Parts: sequence; C-alpha cells; structure tokens
Amino acid sequence: MADAQSPVPEGTAAKPFPPPVFTKIFRQVFTVTLTFIGLTAITFIIGRVMPADPVLAIVGDRASREVYEATYIQLGLDKPLLEQYWIYLSNVLSGEFGKSIMTTRDVLDDLIRFFPATLELATVATLAGIFLGVPMGVLAAVNQGRWIDHLVRVVGLFGYSVPIFWLGMVALLIFYGWLGWLPGPGRLDVYYDGIVSPDTGIILLDAAMQKEWDIFRNALHHLVLPASILATFALAYIARMTRSFMLDQLNQEYVLTARVKGLSPLGVIWRHAFRNVLVQLITIIGLTYASLLEGSVLTETIFAWPGIGQYITTSLFNADMNAVIGGTVVVGICFVGINLLSDALYRLADPRAR
Amino acid sequence: MIARRTILAAGLALGLALPGAMPAQAGTPPNMLVMAKSISDLITLDPAEVFEFTGGEVIGNIYDRVMMFEAEDLTTLVGGVVEGFEVSADGKTITFQVRPGQTFHSGNPVTAEDVAFSLRRVVYLNKTPAFILTQFGWDKDNVDGFIKATGPMTLTVTNNSDFSAGLLLNALSAGVGSVVDMKNVMSNAKDGDYGYEWLKNHSAGSGPYVLKDWKANELVSLEANDNHRHGKPAMKRVLLRHVPEPAAQRLLIEKGDVDMARNLTPDQIKGLQGAAGVVVEVAPKAESVYFATNNSHPILSDPKVVQALRYAVDYDGMANTFLTGQYKVHQSFWPSGLWASLEKNPFTYDLDKAKALLAEAGHGGGFKITIDTLTTPPFPEIAQSLQQSLSKIGITSEITLAEGKTLWPKYRARKHELIVARWSPDYVDPHSNADAFAHNPDNRTEAKLTGKPAWRTSWEDKEITALTEAAAKELDLVKRKEMYLDLQAKFQERAPFNMMFQSAEQVARRDNVSGFVSGANFDLVFYRLVTKK
Repeated sequence: MADAQSPVPEGTAAKPFPPPVFTKIFRQVFTVTLTFIGLTAITFIIGRVMPADPVLAIVGDRASREVYEATYIQLGLDKPLLEQYWIYLSNVLSGEFGKSIMTTRDVLDDLIRFFPATLELATVATLAGIFLGVPMGVLAAVNQGRWIDHLVRVVGLFGYSVPIFWLGMVALLIFYGWLGWLPGPGRLDVYYDGIVSPDTGIILLDAAMQKEWDIFRNALHHLVLPASILATFALAYIARMTRSFMLDQLNQEYVLTARVKGLSPLGVIWRHAFRNVLVQLITIIGLTYASLLEGSVLTETIFAWPGIGQYITTSLFNADMNAVIGGTVVVGICFVGINLLSDALYRLADPRAR
Repeated sequence: MIARRTILAAGLALGLALPGAMPAQAGTPPNMLVMAKSISDLITLDPAEVFEFTGGEVIGNIYDRVMMFEAEDLTTLVGGVVEGFEVSADGKTITFQVRPGQTFHSGNPVTAEDVAFSLRRVVYLNKTPAFILTQFGWDKDNVDGFIKATGPMTLTVTNNSDFSAGLLLNALSAGVGSVVDMKNVMSNAKDGDYGYEWLKNHSAGSGPYVLKDWKANELVSLEANDNHRHGKPAMKRVLLRHVPEPAAQRLLIEKGDVDMARNLTPDQIKGLQGAAGVVVEVAPKAESVYFATNNSHPILSDPKVVQALRYAVDYDGMANTFLTGQYKVHQSFWPSGLWASLEKNPFTYDLDKAKALLAEAGHGGGFKITIDTLTTPPFPEIAQSLQQSLSKIGITSEITLAEGKTLWPKYRARKHELIVARWSPDYVDPHSNADAFAHNPDNRTEAKLTGKPAWRTSWEDKEITALTEAAAKELDLVKRKEMYLDLQAKFQERAPFNMMFQSAEQVARRDNVSGFVSGANFDLVFYRLVTKK
C-alpha cells in the first residue's frame, strides 16, 4: 500500500489535474462563449435602443394603429428588454435566428446564401494579397531606400488610402466600360443564371463539382474585378507590414552572422529572416482576411455582389435586427475561427509556441 | 520544383481569367427582359401585404386583379378577372361575372370562389394595405356576409359603408384586389395563416408572369404564363437584377448587358444622351413631394405663416436644376394627369409676399425651425434649397437627415416641425390621397390615426374633413369630380401641407426593346407587351 502522504509513486513526475490540454480547451470554450454572449447582447441592445423602428420596417409608414400594434406584439417588443434578449438567446442556442423582415426567410437560410459569396470574394482577394504582398514587402525591405522600395511604399500608400468605392468605379469603367476585358457587376452573366445548383454557394466550387466549366470560367471572370479591388487593400497592408517586419529582422545580429558565414543572400532572407516574421505575418493576414469577410460592403454594392456585407448593411437600414444580429454572429465566428486558425499556425511556424 | 509547379498553376489560373480566354456573352437573350434596378425595398410578394414600389410592380405582373387598368389603356378602369359587373339600384351591391376559361399558374380554373376568398383573405389578415378594403365597412367578422360567391362564376360584393360604388370599383384595382389561387394557397397554409408565410415568396396568380425565383437583394426572376388571357407574353423570362449603384446601372445599359436601367440619377441620364443604342424615356408618376408643418407648433399653426412658407419655395429653380426630368411642379394633392386633378399651381417664388405675410402674422423678425427629411436624393437638396430661401425671409432652419425607419416614427409621433416627405397613392382614386391629407375625423393624440398625414400634422379642419367624406360618397361622377376640384383648391389655401412636385420615372432602355408600359401609379408597370427586335 502506498504511503498516504505521497500518492505519486517514486520516480514518476506528478501529473497536473486537470491536464493542461483540457485547461486550454476549457479556457478557449469559455472565452468563445463569453465573446458570443457579449456580441449578441451588445448588438441586441443597440438594435433595440436605436431610433429606427422595426415595426415600421414591416408594416410601412402608412399602417394604421391597429396593424402597428398587432405587429409590435407579434415581434415581442411589448416584453421587457431582458426577457426579449433571453428569448432571442434561447432561440439562437437552438439554431433559430428568427426571420428576416427584409427577405422574409429564416436568417440562418439567408446567412447560408449570402456568406459563401463573400467568402469566395474575400478568400480570393486575401490569397492575391498574400501572393503579391508578401514578396513585395520582402523585396522592399531587402532593397531599402532604393527605387523598388519607394515603389512598394507608394503602392502600399495608394492601396491603403484610396477609397475602395472610387477605385471600384474606376476599375469598372476602364476594364468593363471602356476596354471590355472583364464582365460587369454580378456573379455570372444572365445566360448562366440558375444553371448550377448552389450546393456550397461558392459558384467556382459548385461549377467545378458539377463540371460546368463554361460557368466556372464565367464566374472566374466576374470575380477578377471585385477580388482585385479588395486585394489592393489586402496587398497594400500586407506589403507594408511585411516590409516593416523584415526590416526589423534584417538589422538583427544573427542575420549578419549568417551572411558572414557565407550563406547565400536568398537563404539568409527566406530561411532565416523571413521565418522569424512568420508569426507576425500570420496575425496580419488573419486580421486582413477577417476584415475582408465583414467589411467588403462597398465592393459588394458596386459590383452587385450579394454578400454578407451588403446583407448586414441593408438590414441595418431596414431595422431588420434579427438579420443584423445573425450577420454579426457570423462575423464574430469568422474572427474567432481565424484567431484559432492563427493560433494553430503559430505552432507550425514557431517551435517555441508548441 | 515546387516553385515551378506553383508558377505553372498560377499561370494557368491567370490564363483562365485573362480577357479573351472566354469573352462574356454579348447582350441579353432575345426572349428575356433584363432590368437593372434596386430591389432592396422588396420585402414581401403577398398581395395582401405588398405596399412597396418593387413589390407592387412585381405582383402587378403575377396577379390579375378584380378590376384593372390594362397596359393598352391606362386611363380606363375595366374588369380584370371579371368580364362585367352590375351595380344595384341603391349603389350598394355590385355583382361581378368572372371571365370564363381563365386558369391560375397551377392549372386550377379561376372561379368566383377564388375571387371572394382573395378579398376576404385581405380583410382576415388585416395587413397594412387592408384599409383599402376595410374602409367599406368590412371586418373579419362580417366580411363573409358581404363578399360572396353566389354561383361558380358570379360574385356579389356589398358595400357596408356610405362610400360610392365608383370608389369601391377603383379600390378593387389596387394590389389588394389581386386574385389568388385559393386551393393552392390553402394547401400551403399553416396554423390558420391563410398561406401568409408561403405567399410571401411564392406566387399563386393568373397573371402574365409566374414567379420563378426571388432572392432578396439579388434578383427576381419571372417566367411567362403561356396560358394568360391576353395570350403568351413575348418575353419568356423577365429578370430584375439588383444593382444598387446607379453608376453601375449606367455601365450595364451602355454595354448592353441589361435591357433597361431603372434607377439612374439626372446626371447619368444626361450622360446617356447620345449614347449608341440607348433611349431614355420619361413616364409621369403619381408620387408627390411635399412639406408639412406641425399644426401644434406655436408659430407654424398660424395659416399666414404657412402661406408665407409657400411663397418662399423656389419651385422652378429646383425643377429646372437638380430635379430636371425627374420632378415637375405640381401643387395639388391629387397628381396631374389623373381624373379630377386640379391643374393649378397658384404659388410662385415671391419673397416679398412671403415677408409681408410673415410680418402680418407678427413674425417679421423671423424664427427658428428644424427641417426633417430623408437621406436619399433629392430630399437633402430640396431641404437645402428650402433652407436657403427661408433664410431670405428671416427664418433660420436646421436640417436633420434620417433614414425612413427613423424619420417616419418622428412624423407619426407628431414630433416634427417641418418635414419634407413624399407620398404615392394607394389606388387610382382621388379619395386615396384625400383620405390621407384632408381627412382627420379625430385629432386627439389618443386617436392615433398615424396612417394619415392630416392627423400627423395635428390638422383638424371640420369642413375639409366633411367635404372629403361627401366626395367619397357621391355617386354622380360629374359632381364628384367638382367636389374634388373644390377640395383641392381649399386644401391649397388652408392645409399645413405644401404640395411641391410630382415625380416622373426616367427609364433608360436599349433601342431594340419596346412595349414597356409604366403607368402613373407605382403598381401600374407592365412587362407583357415588351418585345425585342
């Protein structure tokens, strides 16, 4: 029988209880839950205290008192705010986001329809931003003070400061209106509308899965302009930040040592300096991706892209609070998801984080 | 190796995306009408509930109504699903004969029972436009007794109010007069909702088009009903594409990727002049733009002050600049071009007269007011013009811009001082606007007649209210018209409203498209005569 005072047998290390991995998971779940409760609560309260009247959004401004009051009660607005929130939260937890005033459908169905359009646009834009922005940033840092550095900085400044609305209109005018190289607003030409069944909602993917290659190419054509406009913003930010991170690393002593040791310049840049900026870069890319997922409303408006940005904005103008809260929750999920993904990628990029 | 593969893949993707790899299909299909339009106001397609512009237009093409203004003649009220009617000697009961041989999109025949159900359903559901029918004394408890199918193709409608049979017939041409397929609707009803949830985004009509798809903020797709009583429409499909940005609409019409652009600004219309293959058409509309002062305001309640304000509006200045082509000056509450409209614009921009009237009212030194209006053009511009001209007669004003959902509650709560707003008739009868602007039978706050602008402005004029009621009851059409002309003239002088402009819709279309009919009211837009060369 083991000594009651020393339950751990000699020679084995004491295992903490609960194991660290569970603590970590518990913490994550707790944080995520708290974030969502906070997110829904704040959005809900803002929705209820803002001066826009959700009843008028349904019944119109000419409604009689009887019609107005019946709808007011039907929406549950006669109940105390806390009770309204509790009902809403309970419904959300059981997968019910309520009905949208604007589209008359379940908010969840709307989100399933609108979100893939934005996901497609933001993903392509972010990928373009990474594949162009990162090399540009590195190139600028390596050539600090030379013309190429100035060029990248000007491009960065341009992409960051030029209003997306204006850029979108100009691009549409030049590439669609004048040159005719690319198609106009919308996700597809009218000829192709309704042919591909929206299995995922991402037209490129659906068309590829259904082997509709003409539609795939048409969708790709339609994607080029709006994705390029969004990518300009992503590229500018990523290039500027990459340049800054790389400059910081290139001035470190270990880089000098590597050079003195005779390592090739490319090896020093990519294998040593660049690997050390990866963690910071992942954070920047994650934030950029998340902001494109929720903030592409102007691009969506110009290019008649039926995405979630436009959905939330139009809902807000129509006091369609179920839709606004549903959209906000999706954006929140994106942020949390991207954060979790970034955390996982940190571990891949930096052994110290494992 | 990996880098090479990556470059190859990227090159392939770029190749696919490059111009010329697959040129976009030019133009639109020959049997399809594609329109670029902002459809964000579309929130329901149930005829018992539709009260928005796009919704009114779409259901106007999906459903035939009891009475209609047909695309071929927008001035004559005729039977829609009914081929004839007879008014009883006392003017109370109208007997309708349903046209034989009509079918719904489902294939079900159109019967008197369907017509009766459609009208009763509006009353049972009691949504916003239901007042158009309930004003005839019907409610959910008594309507079954007043609207009855007395035979397979015969229907009697008994008016339970003093309003005239003419007004009732006009009201039956509104969206609430749309005839729905009873069997189809009731088979989709849930929890006694008369198919309300289902009909919001489905169709069950007998009109020239069938709803194929409605994706909010994306598109409305309609398919031709080959069995329509007027025959098969030339356009097999009609597509309303949601393009919220007017500049994008202009590019689409110029490139021929849409057949019509419906929300162009005056600047864009100007820019389209001379554009190859594009024609701009103007269709007069019945929407009025007006300002209303609050009659409970200590200064604005003085009729002389309101009269002074009327002379301080630069009507022509606005109509000839930023409103060109989209609005014209019209100062009566019933729009120009419609039966019984008063075509008289007595007020001009006369600052001396305005100052004199203010002085007479004891406010020669001026005062301060707030101007509330909508954020969308041209309302901010109108408010600014008003602000500028009011400052010339000593009135300082502050403009507050708001979205409709914020602005209307303020107006309905009687909290405005001066509001610049708009109004469109609910159906083509002067009573529609007279009831809103000139009829306030109970001015008490607790009466909450919030649907009526007359109540919202706290304006109680017993003579005007009585005149409105009398005109609605008058059976003799000649007398009735005279009563409305008189009512409008009195309204111009006494009401705390100043009707300023009447709208027109400027539509750009490709020159190979013809036959698009856009009537005065928002729901009188017809696609069935459209053809393409």
